[in-house]
Amino acid sequence: MNAENPIWALISTFGLMSLFAVGGAAAAVPEMHRIAVDVHHWMTDKQFADAYAIAQLSPGPNVLIVTLIGYAVAGIPGALAATLAMCLPTALLAYYVSRLLNRPSQSRWPVLIQAALVPLSIGLMAASALILAQSTDRTIAALLLTATVAVIASVSRINPLWLLLAGGLLGFAGIVQ
Amino acid sequence: MSKDSAPAAQHPDQSPDRPATNPVPPGLVALFLAFARMSLAGFGGVLVFARQAIVEQHRWMTADEFNETFALCHFLPGPNIVNLSMVFGARLRGIAGGIAAFAGLLLPPTLIVTVLAIIYARFGDVEVLRRILAGISCAAVGLLIAVVFRMMTPLLKRLDVVALILMLAVFLAIGVVRLPLQAVLLVAIPVSVGATFLMRRKVAA
Repeated sequence: MNAENPIWALISTFGLMSLFAVGGAAAAVPEMHRIAVDVHHWMTDKQFADAYAIAQLSPGPNVLIVTLIGYAVAGIPGALAATLAMCLPTALLAYYVSRLLNRPSQSRWPVLIQAALVPLSIGLMAASALILAQSTDRTIAALLLTATVAVIASVSRINPLWLLLAGGLLGFAGIVQ
Repeated sequence: MSKDSAPAAQHPDQSPDRPATNPVPPGLVALFLAFARMSLAGFGGVLVFARQAIVEQHRWMTADEFNETFALCHFLPGPNIVNLSMVFGARLRGIAGGIAAFAGLLLPPTLIVTVLAIIYARFGDVEVLRRILAGISCAAVGLLIAVVFRMMTPLLKRLDVVALILMLAVFLAIGVVRLPLQAVLLVAIPVSVGATFLMRRKVAA
């Protein structure tokens, strides 16, 4: 039993972590760093920073940093195990809660609670946008890029991909940063 | 702007089992493909693309229904958008629909990120990637600001003052004062539920 199965370690670690990750994957990144680098020594500090960059750069939900941690620990099976452990249990929980709340019933509380969460959710998103902007927009050029994209995406129906592509090109050219 | 917020004028809670704006629910394959497409477009976060596809392109939900579904997924543990895929898919096509949307959201990007991991393990230097990423991140924050603005429009159109004040309070508490999330929610959730209850009773009376 001394050769602990790394797949199982990944499943238990991320399965447990996901249950406490309220407010999205971004909120869980510090905890992932603590566990992957400090507790289990699965990765070095630089490897973790690079994994974060790769996950941000890839399409898809930002939670996919766990895929990279899983890959570093146990290859492709590790990548799949970590991803499913992080995503499936809470998705099923959300499914059951939502079904419970939307069941036709005489109580108006479910509808009321869901409606009450909306302004809080939008306020939280606005706060994350501000915090992200403060860490991302360190130069005037970066701030201008963010503001321009925000305005264009608010008033037009342009595909957001074009705006990201423009940002990537400006970054590649070294104009932003 | 936004033809999309036109349906928001209706009262959001007429009947909980009212069909979505588009009367024909998509099939399992269509759900899988739609979520795969928004996931593959979603650099720097999928929410922007999910809202665009669900509310504006396919009209599977109104702006208000989307807000309520997302808010629920936001306050449950786990990655929001992954929760949203399961809840949304299941609402349209039962548990099979939920799994189709969940798989569509996760499968393609998992493959891509694994390939990137293999490339990284072989070459190791991500300096150019990081420079590109810096530009993409700036644009992604701009997109996030825009989606927050769009999600706000139903509240602004209704002139829902209580909701707008609560939204602003949460924004200030978390974004500016940087109070811990749990403490803020512990206060904000009961206040918001109470305020919503009182407002609805006044409207009903």
